[in-house]
Amino acid sequence: MSEILSQIFQIGFFAALIRIATPLIFGTIGEMYAERAGVLNLGIEGMMMLTAMAGFSTTYFTHNLWLGVLAAMATGVLAGLLMGLLTVSLGLSQHVSGIGITLLCSGLSFFFYRLIFGQPASLPKIKPFHTVAIPVLSKIPIIGPIVFNQFALVYIALIFVPVSAWLLYSTPWGLNLRTVGENPKAAYSAGVSVSAYRYQGLIIAGALSGLAGAFLAMAQYNAYTFGVVSGRGWVCIALIVFGQWDPYKSAAGAFLFAFIDALQLRLQASGVIHVPYQVFLMMPFVFTIVGMALVSRNARVPAALLKPFRKEER
Amino acid sequence: MPAPLLEMVGISKTFGSVKANDNVSLSLYPGDILGLLGENGAGKTTLMNVLFGVYTPDTGIIRINGKQVKIQNSADALRHGVGMVHQHFHLVPCHTVLENLMVGQKGRGGKLDRKSTLEAMRVVKDRFGLYVEPETLVSDLTVGEQQRLEIIKALVRGARALILDEPTSTLTPQETEGLFEAMRSMASEGMGVIFISHKLQEVQEITNRVVIMRKGKVTAELDNIEHVSRQELAELMCGHEITPPVKEPVTPKEVLLEFKDVSTPGFARSRLKGISFQLRAGEILGIAGVSGNGQRELAEIISGMLAPFSGSVEIRGKVMNRLSPRDVQKLGVGRIPEDRMEIGLIISLPLKDNMILPRVHEPRFNRKGVLLRRAIDAFVREQIEVFDIRTPSPDIRTGALSGGNLQKALLARELAWDPYILLADQPTRGLDVGAAQFVHEKFLELRKNGRGVILISEDLEELFALSDRIAVMYEGKINGIMPISEATVQRVGLLMAGMEEEVAA
Repeated sequence: MSEILSQIFQIGFFAALIRIATPLIFGTIGEMYAERAGVLNLGIEGMMMLTAMAGFSTTYFTHNLWLGVLAAMATGVLAGLLMGLLTVSLGLSQHVSGIGITLLCSGLSFFFYRLIFGQPASLPKIKPFHTVAIPVLSKIPIIGPIVFNQFALVYIALIFVPVSAWLLYSTPWGLNLRTVGENPKAAYSAGVSVSAYRYQGLIIAGALSGLAGAFLAMAQYNAYTFGVVSGRGWVCIALIVFGQWDPYKSAAGAFLFAFIDALQLRLQASGVIHVPYQVFLMMPFVFTIVGMALVSRNARVPAALLKPFRKEER
Repeated sequence: MPAPLLEMVGISKTFGSVKANDNVSLSLYPGDILGLLGENGAGKTTLMNVLFGVYTPDTGIIRINGKQVKIQNSADALRHGVGMVHQHFHLVPCHTVLENLMVGQKGRGGKLDRKSTLEAMRVVKDRFGLYVEPETLVSDLTVGEQQRLEIIKALVRGARALILDEPTSTLTPQETEGLFEAMRSMASEGMGVIFISHKLQEVQEITNRVVIMRKGKVTAELDNIEHVSRQELAELMCGHEITPPVKEPVTPKEVLLEFKDVSTPGFARSRLKGISFQLRAGEILGIAGVSGNGQRELAEIISGMLAPFSGSVEIRGKVMNRLSPRDVQKLGVGRIPEDRMEIGLIISLPLKDNMILPRVHEPRFNRKGVLLRRAIDAFVREQIEVFDIRTPSPDIRTGALSGGNLQKALLARELAWDPYILLADQPTRGLDVGAAQFVHEKFLELRKNGRGVILISEDLEELFALSDRIAVMYEGKINGIMPISEATVQRVGLLMAGMEEEVAA
């Protein structure tokens, strides 16, 4: 048993853990901005699929990875704006709009992939992101190879966590955003435009879902497949509850999920425990459900989440 | 006379087919405390929301310091020095006082500027004596403190004219006195205050000028209201004569309802903690208290929605333990819940369905599970007639009725069964003088007929006018219970604020 454990918990395991966590951090933090403004973005699953496709295709033709990342982010922003149009400007149900956007975006991503690539005999591939070793820091024993020899997008995700906390808690923008999500009338009567902040939350959520999608298709893998996202968007929706709408706690949730995901991958590969492999695949999701059940009892949801704001309401 | 601080000229605003404001003009002078009076739906709140930029008027102009301004949103209003304290507070309970005050600020170097807000708070404290600890969570504040915070918020943002929309409806008398002092100091600093209230006594005490609205129009403007009687003010508001209800002497008889040392589980401030009292036939027992001190729990126990955790409740001699709301109804308890739109009625259903909803299982209205539409229709039409419910038809969507008519419908439904006990939770909240009086007359009728009424209310005037005894609730306890002859506003107010009385032997 200890042999298995020492086999599993190697440097490579923890480096993989961080990589698995990265798209979840992007997605969850992005979702946090939208939900803190009062909009539940159930479109995230589809947005990640579409942005992964957009990023991948752009890079495939331009051979430029960062152009692909930009294309993915721009696509996410467009989807976020559409979500804003439906839920903020038109005040439609956030649940229905979000699921609609997920269906629309996943459909579009399949459609455009077929349109662009047809049905190729072999999977179109790109040269993906390489890891970037940070001078000096990457030489630190253990920590160095785990944290400081990663993809550039991983660093961006890690930096995004404290930056988001700072934005949210230390700037007027963050206070306004939080107030819009708690009591839009309080924000409005303080001269804050509720819809502007909700759109901004959705634009950030869209851009970050773009980073998540780009990471999946261009760093984690080097190709786009229809299963590239496979429920990670939904996991982000759960993680934001687990993380109680706080950047640090959400990131912690992403790491916990990634830990279990990395663990089940290793256990699967080790072939020591003889159960159907689907049992392993299930583990992170079981964790998500149990974790949610435990934490969400005390979770304090932004009070105005799901509630459209109309100024002239009687 | 000095130049006016602000003027509204010829304001009209239409919602659908309703003219909420019809060519309304109003001016506010520095040092003014202006009372804005009117029945429900007279257009007071609409007018103030126009001034604060929540509604855009169809026609009319607003001038501030003599200059015409366009107020299209609250930001514009604030910039022109107009602040408003809404009836429902616009605060974020899970944020601190300071965070609530900093919303909408520009910040300094991209960061929140705590220092300048704290400084502004200090200025407000020095000038007007208004202060709340900046690091407290709003959810930990009392209602009175939350309101003070709302006023501070307006002042910190530089309000020169302040609108207060029914600010006293949830305050204890002492808190009200504190509010009035602050209003006076604002007026003496050259600010203008607009005070909206249904409580005529307070209007007479604090205002120096009164504007009365009816059906969207200004119907009277009185400069000196000390010599105007409250009766006259009320009649100006509703446009017809008002005769106050007469309370005849009735001797209370047998005990209808008894609470013995009743507690409810949980940790909330409003959890009941050992409550005992009796209600007798022919009696109106008033329950006073700031909302959220256990009144809701008390009402839910009596209506069978909440089971007591310890202690016992007896209704007409029957021990109530885990009785369902229907069992309670069968024992003869009628109920007017606090929230008529949420719990009392289902507003999306037709009126006639609501009128029979709690009794739909009775053979009178259904035969083997099939509704007897004709019998229902006849019953509902009769009730509409008797209770003078103004509705175009029994089939109208309930939510389309006005507040007063909704309350009449609820009352009709409950009284149709001649209940032994009527539980009325805030029965006249938001009702205008005429509708409230109708409700009061019905209560007194019940009392005369040997029924018992539990009247939970935040309106002390109402409690004093109707009750035979008054119990005051504070933090889930009965902090004092007294016959009406021994009750004074002062005494009840102190009990509401949690003061203990020495137990008289």
